[in-house]
Parts: sequence; structure tokens; C-alpha cells
Amino acid sequence: MLFVSPFLLAFAFAIAAPLLYAAYLSLFRQGLVGGNVFVGLDNYSRALSDALLHTGLIRVAIFLAVQVPVMLGMALLAALALDSGRLRWAALFRIGIFIPYAVPAVVAALMWGYIYGPRFGLVHQIGSDLSIPLPDLLSHSWMLASIGNITTWEYTGYNMLILYAALRSVPYELYEAAEVDGAGEIRKAVSIKIPALRQALLLCTIFSIIGSFQLFNEPNVLQALAPGVITTNYTPNMYAFNLAFNGQEYNYSAAIAVVLGGVTAVVAYAVQLWTNRQERAL
Amino acid sequence: MSAATTAPDRPPVATPSRRPRQRPARPRSRASTSLTVAMVLMLAYTLVPLLWLVMSSTKNSQSLFSSFGLWFGNGFSFFHNVHEVLTYDNGIYVRWLGNTVLYAVVGAGGAAALAALGGYGLAKYSFRGKRMVFGMVIGAITVPTTALAVPTYLLFSKIGIVNTPWAVIIPALASPFGLYLMRVYALEAVPDSLLEAARIDGASELRTFFTISLRLLAPGFVTVLLFTLVATWNNYFLPLIVLNNPKWFPLTVGLSQWNSQTTGPQTGATLDLYPMVITGSLLAVVPLVVAFLLLQRYWQSGLAAGSVKQ
Repeated sequence: MLFVSPFLLAFAFAIAAPLLYAAYLSLFRQGLVGGNVFVGLDNYSRALSDALLHTGLIRVAIFLAVQVPVMLGMALLAALALDSGRLRWAALFRIGIFIPYAVPAVVAALMWGYIYGPRFGLVHQIGSDLSIPLPDLLSHSWMLASIGNITTWEYTGYNMLILYAALRSVPYELYEAAEVDGAGEIRKAVSIKIPALRQALLLCTIFSIIGSFQLFNEPNVLQALAPGVITTNYTPNMYAFNLAFNGQEYNYSAAIAVVLGGVTAVVAYAVQLWTNRQERAL
Repeated sequence: MSAATTAPDRPPVATPSRRPRQRPARPRSRASTSLTVAMVLMLAYTLVPLLWLVMSSTKNSQSLFSSFGLWFGNGFSFFHNVHEVLTYDNGIYVRWLGNTVLYAVVGAGGAAALAALGGYGLAKYSFRGKRMVFGMVIGAITVPTTALAVPTYLLFSKIGIVNTPWAVIIPALASPFGLYLMRVYALEAVPDSLLEAARIDGASELRTFFTISLRLLAPGFVTVLLFTLVATWNNYFLPLIVLNNPKWFPLTVGLSQWNSQTTGPQTGATLDLYPMVITGSLLAVVPLVVAFLLLQRYWQSGLAAGSVKQ
């Protein structure tokens, strides 16, 4: 207990207290004269019918549905390639693909934002050199994909390493047995490796779901480069931020934080349940 | 979520009875060219933007606009840019760098230390409420930390610590995932028999921890440290909210502010900070990349042994 208590103290201050405080604040509304008025669940019913919040939620849901499978698919392929033993310079690939994880999201967003940009962007340089007209990647219709590319760039290597580490703990005898049965690399990948990765993939998926719902850094940084495209409610997190700091609506912002946390937890939990059921069905 | 509902959710994967295989022991099959080509493409995807960043940091603003992004431009302005970055606005960048180092060392170092102590405690001792503590921690892993940022600000402004380093450091200290990882790692890496032997020799529990267990926990500790280091070094949302005095900004918030000054409508084209944002970004990336490269051996084994067994 002695060993655990310092952590619990930090936990209480950094996680438990803000969580409870948010729940508490969300039940009040700032009165006109000052002081908070208890309003029960009014803030939540407002959130339920708030179109600005809904567009943000739908946007991150679309993002989640496209970006996460693409990223995890790439990470899985890379991890399988690393583990296949048929790769030259495996160590180089392992560390090289992982490197973007060490790059701050703000720097990644700035860098990609400049690369996308029409002014001295690499994309347009290449486009005009080859005289191919390329779309404006910072425009309304491309922005979400552009952000998706940034997060894919940042986290593919991280997920790859988690999956690769999981692959390394598959007992070697399984492969030997498969080889005796005449299985090739691909057959081994499909029948042994991917099933063995179930737990690690679940972990990666859940972290990616959390990350998607929390999307803030990249759009907030890109807002300076494309102010008209990224609105103040582009993602739910940006909405909560702007409500609190540009609109002074602290109580409603706290309610949105709680809703967002709730939605994230429910989706993450649903994925987990669904995976468990699949597992049992097998 | 309570301990009762979460515990069955994450059943421990049958722990492999052996250490991770050593790759060289495996008979080498022939290298596949198509696989290597695919991986080269993926590596290019990750490295091209960084190459662009490096090349762009050597250019002044005219050359930034006129030359090809993946090669040098006219003239070599790298050292000039670095000088500009470090001296602009009375050397505010250096101050930001110092803040970032402070937050990273105290916040991430503290988080890793607390996680190591806590994970070890959970793995090697039994006490009342242990299951509850563990359930709470697992539940907290899925609590999105950025959803906590606005409430954290409100709470901290109540107790008067916004706009101080504490507002960034305190939230960084709690790393539920770090604790979880250290617990898994401690279960594997510290044999009970060793602790028994130390006890028989009369060593106190604390002494045992510092002289024996800590050494065994080192790879796990380095792994957690690196991940908390990334989290604090790269943190943006929380410091953006809890700090408004530029003197306390970390690099991420400062760079983003430079960027909005250079492109924002209020300043127009007169303020040309592009080369500074680019060079400043590059300098902000270097320390972590170097840390990851130098400590590769540790964090890769820590990751292999710990993070994936749930």
C-alpha cells in the first residue's frame, strides 16, 4: 500500500477530481447576476439537441470509421512483414517507421499543413512539376482526409510496434507445427499470427477510438492555415474548448466533456464486448 | 466502471512460459523482394515529411517559396535560422525549451516513478482494496485525458494554480497506463523468491525495492519513462488551456502561436515567421528522436515483455 499511495494521490488530483468536478459543474448554469444556479440535467438535454455538437460528433465518427482501419491495417501489414523474417534491413524499418511517434502532434500538423498548403507546399510543387492539377488539400472537402493522413503518419509506427511485440511472444512451436503441415508464410500469418494478435489489436483499436473522439491538436493547429474551413465546432473537443474559452460557457462545456467521455467509453466498451463475443463464437 | 465489471473484461492472455524468442536463433528464410519494396514505400512515407522539414530549415523565406521542397535552396540559412529562433523576442524559444524540459523531467519522470512504485506495489503485495485500485486504474485508461482538460482548468483556477508550472505538471503525474504496464512487468521480472530471500536477510521493503527490484524493473521503467516523456513533451491541449502567460509555454504551444502570428489575418504579411516556425519545429523534434534512438535496446525489450500481455 505504501508503494501505491503516491500514485493514488496523483490519480486523485489529476483524474478523479476533475472528473467529479466536471460532473458537478455540468448540473449548473451560470446565473445572469453571478453565481451558479442548479439546473439538473438541462445542460445534457441541450447537448442532445445541439446541432453544433452533432456535426462534430458525426465528423469524428466518420474519421474513426475510415482512418482507424486504414492505420491499423498498415500497422498490421508492417508488423507481419517485420515478423516474417523475410525482410532485409528489418531493424531500420522498425525504428524508421516508428520515428513519427516521437514528433509532437503540433509539429506534425504544422509540417504537414505547410506541405499541403498552396503557398510553398510540396504537394503543389510536385503537382505543378508534373503538370497534374491537384486539389487544395486544405479545402473543405479534403480537410478531414488531410487530418486523417497526419494522424496515420503519426501513429502507424506506434501501433506496428505494439503488434510486432505481440507477435514475438507467439510460441515458436506453433510455427514449426504449421511448417510440418506445409503452411507457407501467408498461411501462417492468417491462421496463427492474426488470431494471436486479437488482444493486441483490440488494445490498439480502443486507443485509436479514444484518440479519434478526442481529436483536437491537429485541427486546432491547422485552423491557423485554413481558418474558414475549420470551424470552432469542427470536433467535439474543439467545441468544448471554444465554448469555455471564447464563450465563457463553462458549465455547458463541462457537460460536453462528460458527454464526450461517456460516448468514448460506450464505443470502446461496445468494441470490447463485440470482440469477446466473436472470440466465444469461434 | 468498478473492479467487478472490468476484471473479466481483460482476461490475462495465457502468459507464454518462455521469454520472447531471440530472432537470430531462427533459421533465416530467404528475403522477399516485394515485401522489402512495400516496406521501403512505407518508410518513405514516414521519412519524406521529415526530410522536407530538414531541407526547409536551411532556407530563408524567399527560397522557401521558390525552391523545391526536398532539396536545398539558394544559400544555406540553417545557422541563421537557428540564431533567429533562439534570439527572437528576447530568446523566448529558449525559455519555452526550458519549460518543456522542466515539464518533461518533473512530469514524465515523476509519472514513471509513481507508476513503477505503484505497479510494483500492486504486483508484489496484497492489501485491502487492491482489486478496487486495479479496477479503477484500468477504468481510467479509457478516460480520455483531453476530455478532462477543461474541467482541470476550472478546478485549478479555483485553487489558484493556473498559469503556474504546477498546472501542467500535476496532471502529467498520473499515468494509469504506465502503472498497468509496470504491474505486468513487475509480475514477470521480479521473482517472489528473491524478495523472500531479501526479507530473510532482514532488508526493509523499501531497501529491497531500491537495491534489488528497481534494477530488475529497469527496462520496463525506461519504456514507461519514454512514453510519459512523449506524452508530456508533446502535450498541447492542456498547456494551451491552463497557461496564458507566454513565459510558461512549452514548445508546442509557443510554436503554434508563432504559426498563427505568421498566417493570422491580424498581422498580415509583414511578420514573416515561416523559417522560424520550421526551424523551431525541427529543433523541438530532435531531443525525443535522439532519446528513442539511444534507448532503443531498453524500450524495445520493455515493450516486448510488458505492454502486450494484458
